[in-house]
Amino acid sequence: MEAVQNSQEKPIAVQMSGIVKHFPGVLANDHVDFTLLKGEIHALLGENGAGKSTLMNILAGLYHPDAGTIVVNGKICHFNSPRDAIHAGIGMIHQHFMLVPSMTVTENILLGLEEPRFRLRLPYYDEQISALGERFGMKVDPKARIWQLSVGEQQRVEILKMLYRGAEILIMDEPTAVLAPAEVEELFHTLRRMREEGKSIIFISHKLNEVTSIADRVTVLRRGKVTAAGLPLAGVSRAELARLMVGREVVFNIQKKPVQPGEVVLKVENLHALNDRGLPALRGVSFEVRRGEIVGLAGVAGNGQRELAEVITCMRKAEKGHVWVGGEEITNCNVSKGIRKGVAHIPEDRNHVGTAPNLSVTDNVILKKYKEPPIASGWMLNHVAATGYAEDLKKGFEILVPTVETPVRLLSGGNLQRVILAREISAQPQLLIAVQPTRGLDVGAIEGVHRLLLAQREAGAAILLISEELEELIDLSDRILGIYEGQIMGEVTDGNIEAIGLMMTGTRLENAPVSQEAHHE
Amino acid sequence: MSESTLNQRKSNWLPFTVEVEPRLTPPPAWFSWALTIGLIIFALLIGALVIAFAGGNPWAAYSHIARASFGSIGVLSDTLVKAIPLMIVGLACTIAFRMRIWNIGAEGQFFLGAFGASAVVLTPILPSDSPQWLFILTMLIFGMAAGAIWGFIPGYLKAKFNVNEVISTLMLNYIAVSWNNYWIYAVWTEGGFQMSRMFPRNAWLPRLTDFADRVPAFGGLTVHFGLVLAILAAIVVWLILYRSQWGYEIRVVGDNPPTARYAGIPIARNTVLVMMLSGALAGLAGMSEISGVVHRLQGAISPGYGYTGIIVAWLAKLNPFAVIPVAIFFGALILAGREIQPSGIPKMIQGIILVCLIASDFLMRNKIRIRRKGEA
Repeated sequence: MEAVQNSQEKPIAVQMSGIVKHFPGVLANDHVDFTLLKGEIHALLGENGAGKSTLMNILAGLYHPDAGTIVVNGKICHFNSPRDAIHAGIGMIHQHFMLVPSMTVTENILLGLEEPRFRLRLPYYDEQISALGERFGMKVDPKARIWQLSVGEQQRVEILKMLYRGAEILIMDEPTAVLAPAEVEELFHTLRRMREEGKSIIFISHKLNEVTSIADRVTVLRRGKVTAAGLPLAGVSRAELARLMVGREVVFNIQKKPVQPGEVVLKVENLHALNDRGLPALRGVSFEVRRGEIVGLAGVAGNGQRELAEVITCMRKAEKGHVWVGGEEITNCNVSKGIRKGVAHIPEDRNHVGTAPNLSVTDNVILKKYKEPPIASGWMLNHVAATGYAEDLKKGFEILVPTVETPVRLLSGGNLQRVILAREISAQPQLLIAVQPTRGLDVGAIEGVHRLLLAQREAGAAILLISEELEELIDLSDRILGIYEGQIMGEVTDGNIEAIGLMMTGTRLENAPVSQEAHHE
Repeated sequence: MSESTLNQRKSNWLPFTVEVEPRLTPPPAWFSWALTIGLIIFALLIGALVIAFAGGNPWAAYSHIARASFGSIGVLSDTLVKAIPLMIVGLACTIAFRMRIWNIGAEGQFFLGAFGASAVVLTPILPSDSPQWLFILTMLIFGMAAGAIWGFIPGYLKAKFNVNEVISTLMLNYIAVSWNNYWIYAVWTEGGFQMSRMFPRNAWLPRLTDFADRVPAFGGLTVHFGLVLAILAAIVVWLILYRSQWGYEIRVVGDNPPTARYAGIPIARNTVLVMMLSGALAGLAGMSEISGVVHRLQGAISPGYGYTGIIVAWLAKLNPFAVIPVAIFFGALILAGREIQPSGIPKMIQGIILVCLIASDFLMRNKIRIRRKGEA
């Protein structure tokens, strides 16, 4: 650990105080104070939705704060646009790069600058950019076109873009999320070089190992509030950071009847899969779910949860490994076989995957039943049976709609989720995969979803609950697995929130299953 | 990044400001149909303006169109004859568009349907003294099969290689026309003319006028059995879309492909099947035209029925039964339009209707609010 000793003597680069930012229904930043020193790498740690990005978007001039002041190098600043922020020497590098693929590195860096007035003396600028890159240990061919570059190289172009504009303060929004391990090392090397040159860097992350290896100090946010301000990282344990990040709340336990878990329903063994970009998302996942138990999967978004749910429901191809449901292998079979085997799936995206928005409630609830009698009769659909079935579900699950012929796009989030739950649960599944089942719902709707999940558990279904809401996981689950970068980091049975926080941030518990691929740490 | 300036057009010379806001709740169901009727009237008004500029009397022109297409039983029958292929092609487009497959190739599938039906007579597949019912049935099957093959090609390319169906179906239209030309110029030519010989009477679809000896009022009415085929096709398409499992799959895929994948509905297979059905229907239109009206294979069998069918399907909001009245309206435009001008104004009105139709989508999604200056 290379913490800088005499941090007190460094001048203050940025002082944000009392920052408040409301979004409809959310208080994203609640009187946040944040101090950045010159020549330090300052990590900003927090869960999804803790308010890290909001705070930094305010500093970068993308959002206006509702209250609070920003002082940069001793001067009070009011940023109206990112251009103002860059003018004050603050540049933000977003997770999604803003580059024109068909243009060269130099052209992208010059884009929007006033400098080459009429004649583009590209060779001159090529040289300048080359030199700038070398100064910070970043090798980039200025003549290369963006589409030819790897993600890591594109990130370097983004950094160069900011350095070229004279940025003294760089905000990096989860810069390692898109990088391969080797590229992460290179990035860290560059960041250290920039620190030596006196630049200040804000490093947004939720990965503890990265934070402890690169940053000098850390500020932790939780639900829009600061839980640790400018803590020097020397002498702080990971467990303490994890606790600061996820908190230790009094957990209200809902009535959960004891159920003796029965035989294994879902068995996953050494599962490997790629994400949409073709990068490894699952790297040797193994676990089991039994009848009558809820197994929670905790993890920060983007660590392979979505891909895992999709592989189990046969919507995504497994590269390696096996999935068994009820003793029968369903690895890479087609989706309808999984449905026939009794796999129900509450997808993450209610509007775009879980339902067909312009079709009626009836059409949506028969989505997985339209080939079975009595709704199917020969090649026809029995319209009367389908409508009757929809009416029954409407009553049974208290779906609030004028008629079952109403298109579901008119339904509120809670009602829409009830349509999906009604469809999935009424199939009496032996395995239920619930992904973020309560995201975006109000309190009443959340409780309804929780009660339905527990009822399924008592009815003997095996449930895999994937959620980012830790309280929900602890309330409902019999066991909680932690997933991090496509690997299971261990299992918690007593709701130990600190241990869950450690798993989510990449620390392997002793009881973690041995993966067949070496961890890159 | 300030959003407030986006939706407001400042106009200083008007006493009011026009603001556009997105609709938060969808408009009521009647609004969509009212809008359709409104935009037809709007298109006719623009047409009237153009006629007036050209020195004509718009009122006289429009009343002439109305008289020439609906004025008597005779012209009504002629209107229907024009409307029949539009109905069937409109249905072909309806079923494809329902799954959001943009079949622009109905024109080519129409030509192939005409070719398939003609082949039964001209190859010949059936002896020329076969009974009429056998002729019609065989022509029906061959015409639809030929259209289905022409639909299968782009469908398979889309399902297998993700080839954009708009391009492939459009290109296949040109091939279909040239294919027909080859046969009428080289193989089935009648004495060097670019047309085949006339079909024997028993290969004709029955027309009302054929029964004039029994019902004298039918004399001269050329409306043919294709009308029955078109109405049957509308019923079948409706049954498929709203009462069959396959149609259910089509509607789910068309509304939201990820949901279809999530429910295990085979998208690729349905893409091929729907393109084949769409092609078969367009082929049926070609067969009905060749056997009901033209009675021989020749070059000019379609004044762009395949393209007008696209407009018909859209204007009918992809509702199979609404296709029928809309097709009759367009049939009238084609027939009576010819009375006032061979090509110009009526074609232009069709075009304006389509443009208005596409533009009206904006009104479905946005509210227009007009405010007087000074009001907050």
